[in-house]
Amino acid sequence: MKIALFGNPNTGKSSVFNMLTGLRQQVGNFPGVTVDKKQGSIQTPNGKHELIDFPGTYSFFARSLDEQVVKEVLNDSAHPDYPDAIIYVADAANLERNLLFFSQLYDLGFPIVLVLNMWDRAQQKGLQINLELLQQSFPDAQIVTTNARVSIGKTRITTALDALEKKERAPFLAFDRQQLQSDQAQTLNTNQRLEKIRALGLVQQRNTPAPNKSTRLDQILTHRIYGYLIFSLILLTIFQFIFSFASIPMDFIDGQFVRLSDWCSQVLPEGVLTRLIAQGLIPGIGGVLVFVPQIAILFFFIALLEESGYLSRVVFIMDRLMRPFGLNGKSVVPLLSSVACAIPGIMSARTITDWKERLITIFVAPFMSCSARIPVYTLLISVVIPKTYIGGIISLQGLVLFGLYLLGILFALGTALVLQFLVKNRTSGYHVMELPDYKNPRMSNVGYTVLEKVKVFITDAGKIIVAISILLWALATYGPSSRTAALKDLHQSQAFKNANETQKQELDNSLLLSQSYIGHFGKWMEPAIAPLGYDWKIGVALLSSFAAREVFVGSLATIYAVGEDSDGQKRLVHKLKEEKNERGKPTYSLATGASLLVFYVFAMQCMATLAVVKRETQTWKWPLLQLLFMGVVAYLSAFVVFQILV
Amino acid sequence: MLLLHMSQTLDAISLNELVEIAAISNDAIAPKLSEMGLTKGQKIKAIFKAPFGDPIAYEINGNVISMRKEEAMQVEVQMA
Repeated sequence: MKIALFGNPNTGKSSVFNMLTGLRQQVGNFPGVTVDKKQGSIQTPNGKHELIDFPGTYSFFARSLDEQVVKEVLNDSAHPDYPDAIIYVADAANLERNLLFFSQLYDLGFPIVLVLNMWDRAQQKGLQINLELLQQSFPDAQIVTTNARVSIGKTRITTALDALEKKERAPFLAFDRQQLQSDQAQTLNTNQRLEKIRALGLVQQRNTPAPNKSTRLDQILTHRIYGYLIFSLILLTIFQFIFSFASIPMDFIDGQFVRLSDWCSQVLPEGVLTRLIAQGLIPGIGGVLVFVPQIAILFFFIALLEESGYLSRVVFIMDRLMRPFGLNGKSVVPLLSSVACAIPGIMSARTITDWKERLITIFVAPFMSCSARIPVYTLLISVVIPKTYIGGIISLQGLVLFGLYLLGILFALGTALVLQFLVKNRTSGYHVMELPDYKNPRMSNVGYTVLEKVKVFITDAGKIIVAISILLWALATYGPSSRTAALKDLHQSQAFKNANETQKQELDNSLLLSQSYIGHFGKWMEPAIAPLGYDWKIGVALLSSFAAREVFVGSLATIYAVGEDSDGQKRLVHKLKEEKNERGKPTYSLATGASLLVFYVFAMQCMATLAVVKRETQTWKWPLLQLLFMGVVAYLSAFVVFQILV
Repeated sequence: MLLLHMSQTLDAISLNELVEIAAISNDAIAPKLSEMGLTKGQKIKAIFKAPFGDPIAYEINGNVISMRKEEAMQVEVQMA
């Protein structure tokens, strides 16, 4: 049997899903749309069933993307996800409004289990629910009470599922889908339904409720000073983790893959296949896994904030600030996370329900200067920006670095501003939102979210990243047959004969890269990048750093035949400062350096971002548009900067 | 007394003042507002505001919901 899980947002629906399926769950997309579909299997006394978790919605009438998915599936009995039965999760402490959607599903005729979740909270609030009356009002529904946060009620649900029967039933209130198309008709039906539900008198307040603790907390957390202060502190903490602490597991993963690659080249027989595995495939997979710590950390925090109810307060206090840019408060977390890395940032844009706002957020996120740009920035700044202090205090180099970050942020917001007029709205945006009571986060739910995001990244984006990195590796490793002759010439040169073993290796690598396909391509495109102040060597570094921005530094190190260790970095800076072009002027002049810096602020230069955008928008259209747009902006601004400064 | 003939909208009520929903003037958002529980005759009050006074948080039937001012403006209310 195929069973669908429905319910309003904030009813603990995902707790119920996790309780029922445990680790037997996987995430995908509903066909053709970018709405998460979680699937799992559940075991009832009578058999095994498939459970599909639908997004939380308030009614059958669709406005947002999430709601459209729900409506489309329910309206089409031939849809692959069309359910045989429904589990409806309701917040027992908020029963009447939750019964609206339930009564609609009941009237559509589905065999249905009504789960009154958070039963304990209803009791705490002093609410008495007349279950007998509820059963009389919906005679064909199976009604159970649960408390999924502490895993109470699993067998009640599975037993109730087995007791379901499909039969004709009298509707709670006439519900003719064909006639309920207009806004007025929908409003009228909703109002009648709610009135009828309220008239049942299902809920009695036993004693006067204690003043809402959440509201008191909100006086501080949404305060115009403390609210922003606390949010900044939380953000700083998250940043500290993604920026600094994540580098520990990242370096570890990096190191392990380097060792694995070395081990493979030693153990496996010398040949093309071994090189492909040791230098192409293994580093490619390593290049995927290296993002896992940052993704896991960011989603750990986001899930924690969401579970606690705080995330909706962030949206509440940031909404007004983001609105001028066509974004809402939900864009804040994705955009700010992108300062560490756009990959988890873009993945976290899923929390934005409005498609247009989500798309704009995803589109502008890579303009935020991520941590992979830092090695490029610091190298170029130390080469072309003098180490002087303005007024004896402010470091000019630091000021330039700050300016680059600012440039990225301003451009991201500016692009969002323009895009809100260009992107068509698929759904009508409204911003009525529930502010759920604060709760203690349930750590197992947090764990499931982290696991799910990591899995999605590895399986969906990982394939693309590995494929592109193998391609780039092949282009940088192989070259036309003329290479052999060039290598022979090098080996006969006096400079090579005088060099020591390490230097020989470095000279070899430099020649092999410059004679590779990427090297030839770099030379071929030199006329195109000359107006930006770049020579073919920079062109090669640009091309190879499409894998990831920081590769720029490594590529230059290879081309100029200096090692990549910490001493190599110093030698590289020295070498770049000495480098002269054919007119005897320094290649890395202020104009060229500034032009390169600006280029790296704007250019996409990250295949992992492309892969993630493809995954999140379910089409190649958006990542390719983004690549093109960012490329054009980078090229033009680098051109302008160079021409002004030269 | 002078204002008696004028109906008030939800964005303009003061904090912690209990009012009753009279009508929702915008057809397009009416279905969404009603399914969040904002139907005629329901009691509602503003409980706190975001910095810059927008959006505003309201309490209705024990729930707290947040609305932008432009949305709250579509909800006509009267003194409870």
